[in-house]
Order: sequence, then structure tokens, then C-alpha cells
Amino acid sequence: MNAIYGCSQADVVTPPDDTLAVVISNGWVNAEYKRLVLQADGAACMSQPGQFFNLLCPNEGDHKPYFRRPMSTYKADPETGQVEFLYKVAGKGTYGLESLLAAQTLEILGPLGKGFDLNPNWQHMILVARGVGLATLAPLAEAAHNLGIRLTAVLSARSEKSLLSKERFASLGADVQVVLDEDGSSSIEHLEQRLRKIIVHEGSNAVFTCGSKRLTRLLKRLSAEFDLVGQVALEQQMVCGLGMCQCCVEVFEVGGLKVGKRVCLEGPCFNLAEVVG
Amino acid sequence: MIAIDTKVDLSVNVGGLRLKNPVMPASGTFAEELTHLLDFNQLGALVTKTITSEKRTGNPMPRVCELSDGMMNAIGIPSKGADLFIDKAVPFYRNFESPLIVSISAPTIQGFANLAARLSSVPGVAGIEANISCPNLEAHGQSFGMQAGSTYKVVSVIRQVTSVPLWVKLTPNAGEVAPIALAAEEAGADAVVVGNTLLGLSIDIERGRARLGNVMGGISGAAIRPLMVRLTYQCAKALKIPVIGCGGISTADDALEFIYAGASAVQVGTATFLHPKIMNTMIGELEAFCQRKGIRSIRSLIGALDDSPAMPFGALP
Repeated sequence: MNAIYGCSQADVVTPPDDTLAVVISNGWVNAEYKRLVLQADGAACMSQPGQFFNLLCPNEGDHKPYFRRPMSTYKADPETGQVEFLYKVAGKGTYGLESLLAAQTLEILGPLGKGFDLNPNWQHMILVARGVGLATLAPLAEAAHNLGIRLTAVLSARSEKSLLSKERFASLGADVQVVLDEDGSSSIEHLEQRLRKIIVHEGSNAVFTCGSKRLTRLLKRLSAEFDLVGQVALEQQMVCGLGMCQCCVEVFEVGGLKVGKRVCLEGPCFNLAEVVG
Repeated sequence: MIAIDTKVDLSVNVGGLRLKNPVMPASGTFAEELTHLLDFNQLGALVTKTITSEKRTGNPMPRVCELSDGMMNAIGIPSKGADLFIDKAVPFYRNFESPLIVSISAPTIQGFANLAARLSSVPGVAGIEANISCPNLEAHGQSFGMQAGSTYKVVSVIRQVTSVPLWVKLTPNAGEVAPIALAAEEAGADAVVVGNTLLGLSIDIERGRARLGNVMGGISGAAIRPLMVRLTYQCAKALKIPVIGCGGISTADDALEFIYAGASAVQVGTATFLHPKIMNTMIGELEAFCQRKGIRSIRSLIGALDDSPAMPFGALP
């Protein structure tokens, strides 16, 4: 395997800043999810695929989150200065976010963490995601597309209605395959058969996932068996998002040793081989 | 025309060190990663997360939970050990002019002494903060700082092996804190920090389990501020050495409460988790307050609380 480059294709990752971003829009994309578009500029719009922000969600009204809420970047565009998030309205933090109107402001700390690694020499890669994990993988699909890497995006959801970002993946030239709970196609057995076929047929180099422990275990197993690069974006409760508070530590297995790593700083994107499943 | 010097002197003397201002981080809420967001050179001092000689894994998850006006933590002092700290962290902090205070902990008195002695000879270490008060290390929140006798013993042994400024971080979980602060002073501490988090328990009634993996944990944030201001006041009254106030400070106004109560300096903790640049903001606000009040030196506000008795209420119900 050749050397792997960060998505940024640069040696230096943009240091985070605490940006007072202005809401451009905050509309529903389906019955559960909203898309928040912010004018952020500066460091924020340099966010790389897999990186995240720690959002100071509004705490007026009935819902008073005390901590910030970590949220992966759905889109960041250095040219327009815009940053986007896709979020499910569930819980104190996102109830506050849901109330944001155009022209209101939001403090966003980021970009934070280590994003996905991409290799421009890859021919094909597979993204498998469920729930809001799809939002995390969307910018990765865009980066792969820009590098000319062919892409299969397997989107898993309860039903057709709760699917996210299908059009965005399709517009990036991805072969979009939808698997659903309602017809049983999202079961691990079916999915494994499907992925095995894709890997062999496409000669895949790498697999990526986010949003499901079951999917993570499956892809860890398949990436080991086929000797593929495998990466996962993990979610964990966070406070500072900067590595100081040590509350988001997960156990990983590195060279036969159990090692604690901070999801916010050493992650949130990790090598699947190191994930303890 | 005579130029009027409106510059405010924010410098303070704390336990053997002259600090450019009274604002510094609380241990455990500050790390190298903040350097992109916070101007370290503006701070009165830099206080590290507590280090131990040995590597430590820390407590089980979840390690934090949020309260309506604060948080609880039971992180459990995960530590990469003193070797790595001295090799990697101390050289990083040498790049900054603010004095480096290393917070230390150990399970035994001898362990405290060994670590303090070792750090004292490391160039760039300006002082030691002995964390004898972490509520998350021993069962049921026990620590050396819970009693005057054990506080005296551990501080006097550390004092014998180090000549660098020695600050002692006390715990609000002891019933009477002032006698424990006095024990630290008599044992040779140069300053006391009042104090660590307040031991609490938060329960998820749906699951019938504690919200923290360690069951109990330390409360911090605005919720505990009046209690910590009161302890600062009582300790400052009792001691000759400086008191450093800590607990729920997120604005200059909060910091000034502690200073009026007798704190020579303040530590900012939980607020930095929410607003990483807040200490820089606070320093500017302190200066603005002094200017507004016509105060030349912030030292004149230390212990300036007017606590003369209020007029007795002169009527029967």
C-alpha cells in the first residue's frame, strides 16, 4: 500500500478557531433531520472530511444544554466561506439548534479532530453509513470524487423516508445502493453478501463507515479479510473537543496492546483495524 | 499638559511568584491544545493537568455529565506518567513567558515527595501545585486534604524536598476547610488553592444508575460559586499566605467576587471548556473594571470586602 495522504493534501491542518457564524438557512430535509447552513469564513470553512465542530447550541427557552455539542461537518467550502451541518432533532442541544433563524448567530469551535485519510492512487472505495453517519461521509465522497476515485455508497436506513443525502452522493458520481430495514435488505447477512460482491467486482482499495456499531464490526472484519484500508468516524460524548478534558476516551488495540485514545483529538476518524468491536 | 497614566496594574504576588495578572487556568482544564485559541503569554500562570509518576488509565465512562448550571466529572486523572511529561510537555511550555505550575498527585506521601523533588530540578517548572484533594481517586472521595493531620503530613514532607513555590489545592468536601488550610500553611505551603470540585452524585432515574461511570464525581461550574467564594473568604481570613480562588468563574465579575473575598489570584476551569478564549477576555474585563472604578492596582481589591455588620433589624414581627 502506498503512503496515505490526509484529505487536505497538505502537511498542516488548519488550527481551530471559535467562530461566530451567521445562519443562512436552517430547513428540514425530511421529517427528522434539518440542514443548517452557516456563513463562517476563516478557519471554519477549511474543515476537512471527517472533522467536526463543537457547537455552542442556543440555551434560551425550555432546553438548556450546558455543554457544547460535537457535530461532524456536512460541507465546508473555502470559496463561499460556508459551513453546513446535517442534524437529527433529538435532545437538548439539537432542540436549541432547531430554533435558529436566518441572520442569527452561533459560536462554532473548529475544525476539530483528525479527518479521514485518502490515497489519490486508489481506484475505488466503498462508503457504508447509517443515520447521521451519512452526513459525516458526504464530504469524504466529495473529496474522493475530486481525486477521481470511483465510489460506491451504501446507504442504510429504516425506510426510504428516513434516507439522507442520496442525491448528494449520486451527484458526486457515486454508485448509490440503498438498503432498508423495512424490506430486510439492511440486515448484516444481506449487506455482507452485497459488500463482498462489490469488493471483488470493483477491486476496492478502501472502506469507510460511520453511524453504526454493527456496520463497524462488519467492515472491520471485511477490511481485514480483503486487506483493505478501513476507517471509521466514531461518535462519543465530548466536552471541550480539544483533548483537554479526557472524557471522550475509547479503548483501541494497537500492536496487541490496549491503548486509550481521545475521540476528539486522535480521532474521530480511526483505523478500523484498531477499533475494539 | 500632564499625561494621566490610566494604565492599571493587574500584577499580583502569589506564593513566591509575581504574576502579571491574577488569571490562570484550573488544573485539568488546560492543555497544550489550547495554544491555537488562547494567548498563553497573557495569562498570570499556566497550571497543568495533574500528573502522576506512573501511567494511569483513568475512570470508566461516562466521565462527565451536565447539570443545569454546571457539570460533574469523574475523569480519574489519566496520566501518561512523569517521564513523558518532563520530556514532551515541559519543553513546550518553556516557549511561554507565563510561569509553569505543575499539578501533581500520588497515592502516598512518599510518592508526592518523590515527584515534587524530581520536578523541582526540571528547568521551566516555576512551581508545584499539590493536588491533595481530587475526589475521584479514592473510594468515597477520600484524599489527604480531607483532614488537617494528613494535610500537614503530606505538605511538610513535600516542603522538605523542594524549594520551588509550593501551592496546595484544598477540597471543599472537608467540613471545615480553614483549619486544613492552616495546616497547609504551618507545613510550609506558599499558597493554597480553594479549591477542588465538590463531591456529588447524579442519578439517571430511567436506568436506575449513576450518570457517571465512577458513580460519584466532582461538581464544578457556576452552581458551586457562592460556596467557593465563602470558603475563599474564610481561608483568607485565617491565613497569612495567599489564597487562590476557584469555582464557577466565567466572567471578570465572578473573579472579582473571589478577589474581594480575599483571593490574590483566581483559577478558571469549567468555563474554558465552553469558551476556550475566556481567560483572555476576562483579563481585559478586569482591567476595564479597575479603570471604571479608578483603581490603580488590583492588589488593593484583594480582601476588600466590606464585611462590617449590617444594621440589626430593629423591629419585632
